[in-house]
Amino acid sequence: MLERHSDFLDVEPYSLNKVEKRERLEHYLNELTRHHYEHCPEYARILNAFDKNPEDDMTLEEIPALPVRIFKEKDMLSVPRDRIVKVMTSSGTSGQKVSKIYLDKETTRAQTKCLTNIVKSYIGSKRLPMLILDTPLVKKDRALYSARGAGIIGFSMFGRDVTYTLDEEMNLDVAALERFMDRNGGERILLFGYTFMIWQYFLKELERRNINLNIEGGMLFHTGGWKKLKAEQISEDMYRERLQKVCGNISVHNQYGMAEQLGSVFMECEHGNMHCSIFSDVIIRRAEDFSVCDHGEAGLIELMSVLPSSYPGHAILTEDLGICLGEDDCPCGRLGKYFKLLGRVQNAEIRGCSDTYGR
Amino acid sequence: MADDIQYLAGGEISSSKPLEPYDETVVAFLNEFSSALMKDAKCKMFPDIITFAFWARKANLARLKQDYPMRGVRLGRGLAFHIAPSNIPINFIFTYAFGLLAGNANVVRVSSKEFPQVDQVCRVLNALLREPRNKPIEDRTAIVRYSRQSEHTKIFSSACHARVIWGGDQTIEIIRRNPIAPRAVDIAFADRYSLAVIDSNELINADENAFNRLMTNFYNDTYLMDQNACSSPQLILWTGERLDAAKARFWQGVFDYARHRYDLSPIKVVDKYLQTCLDAIDFDEIDRVRRYGNLVWRVSLKTLNPLTNDRIRGKFGLFFEYDLNDWAELWKVINEKYQTLTYFGVDAQRLAELVRDNGLSGIDRIVPIGKALAINIFWDGFNLIEALSRNIYFE
Repeated sequence: MLERHSDFLDVEPYSLNKVEKRERLEHYLNELTRHHYEHCPEYARILNAFDKNPEDDMTLEEIPALPVRIFKEKDMLSVPRDRIVKVMTSSGTSGQKVSKIYLDKETTRAQTKCLTNIVKSYIGSKRLPMLILDTPLVKKDRALYSARGAGIIGFSMFGRDVTYTLDEEMNLDVAALERFMDRNGGERILLFGYTFMIWQYFLKELERRNINLNIEGGMLFHTGGWKKLKAEQISEDMYRERLQKVCGNISVHNQYGMAEQLGSVFMECEHGNMHCSIFSDVIIRRAEDFSVCDHGEAGLIELMSVLPSSYPGHAILTEDLGICLGEDDCPCGRLGKYFKLLGRVQNAEIRGCSDTYGR
Repeated sequence: MADDIQYLAGGEISSSKPLEPYDETVVAFLNEFSSALMKDAKCKMFPDIITFAFWARKANLARLKQDYPMRGVRLGRGLAFHIAPSNIPINFIFTYAFGLLAGNANVVRVSSKEFPQVDQVCRVLNALLREPRNKPIEDRTAIVRYSRQSEHTKIFSSACHARVIWGGDQTIEIIRRNPIAPRAVDIAFADRYSLAVIDSNELINADENAFNRLMTNFYNDTYLMDQNACSSPQLILWTGERLDAAKARFWQGVFDYARHRYDLSPIKVVDKYLQTCLDAIDFDEIDRVRRYGNLVWRVSLKTLNPLTNDRIRGKFGLFFEYDLNDWAELWKVINEKYQTLTYFGVDAQRLAELVRDNGLSGIDRIVPIGKALAINIFWDGFNLIEALSRNIYFE
């Protein structure tokens, strides 16, 4: 985040209506566009090719969004290399290229502050006893210290008595879990983990052992994507209901975000809708021409964030599909756009004759 | 053990005794095969199968033999081993027919990826091979499928007298790790780069009919295979004086034609967008992108750069274009990677002579727009019948 914008992070994350929000975001994002154009030569070349002039004041919809995979193909930096304090990588499956996101101190700090602001608006400002539905290995093993490890460490700061529920072999650590419940039973509890890991190693194991944690009030946040669960035909409702059956009285919140835009996450509300905070926005676009979809119409998801200043990731075109359901009028009361995720775009069957042996 | 092989048609080769090119038995068999395919209800549904069936008619084969006579007394090489390209489904049967016509027994390895065309063609082929009169062909036919890890590539490579590798540089590299016999020949189809040239004056003068035909033809050369075939044009060169008007007419026409036909899935759009961004970063000669929705993207180049031009490749309707003031600009970028030059409104023979007179190491085919993908016994500068047979010298 640009230094001169940093006061914005103190504003309540769902407090601006669409007129106020647009005015602020357009200002910040146009300034970021100019900043990246000036400092990231690769970004400048892309804008030049597409005939975009950063000196023009662009609407949110006009600000160019980079294809998310560009961060896997190129090193994209808008600050000198010696200012980089951390390189975040996306957790790609083996053999795939991973994104490399170059973070300086300002961007890292802004990410933390932004995430804190958003999460606290859900859980309150008090730290809660916390279960991490994963293995402690993710913070030890360098190979796992990708977005997954960073996500867990990042979220851990909202908890106290932070307890990992899986051991290093991904087995449920029943003893640790029981001790945790003994210490904290009756309190509001915070749970965090990765969507599929929770399903596979936590929920199924509790079900198999017929354990109920009897949490009296808690919030479970999960992230990582629905791809594998979709293959098993698990619906969001089923996911929530079965978790509630083994955990007790908890609300379940999917958190959507990308390694390319850490911090300004999108959170699922009590009504099952994904919400943009004032620090981010979503634009659903038609694949046929990138025009903006109407509310209720499915398309490619573009994500915007005011945070990235060390790399040109303030507007990115993802390979996810979604539907924008409305703006400022979700029954949960949060202002801003709210949307549904529909999963990844289908892989293409590429025709042609080059290099296809063994496929 | 190497027992992980599936015979889709024919069986183990029981005779590799060479035949004469265009042997009567072979021509008669291909003709019979052609009619069987054309009559078959399921095969009829695939235009590419019908294209092959048309090509394999006796009359067409006779014309090929006559139009491209080979000198001397010739005989097949023996056993030909073909690695078929996996993404143009019908090419496996063309390469088989080339091998047969040249006088060889043929093992054709088709991709592990399944195509309905392969199944249908093999079903018809098998039925014919079972006829006793086709025993000599049956003895010489093995259409096989096996996994990439299989030992069979090694086994067939060491046994064959000629090996035909389709599928690009990486495939060639992998297959060539398996040695062939010292006397055997390798014919490999490497990654190639293709381009088109359009004369702006002729395009403006084209009447409605000719223009519409050109749109169909250009679509078939490009969008039909997602521009991924090595003979699909990547770069469009413009000659003549009426450049702006011609380009406006041409690209609007391409857009209008493709919009109701091409399946522009979201993944193709994001791939195309990524590719364009990467090109803008990597190549100084990229000027600017003009978009017709997300269907047709044309990217003008500032110059033709000999060092990079063959790496500037489009897909899913991403085209590069350049105003060619002087043919010499083109000659300086041509290298051995350049394969097919498709044209509209330009004299092909003159172009062929220019390639010769300038001693260019690339450009093997000069064909009208619409024929980029038309496979024939001539490919990549080879006459395949000739390359897969030997000449018996005498004096």
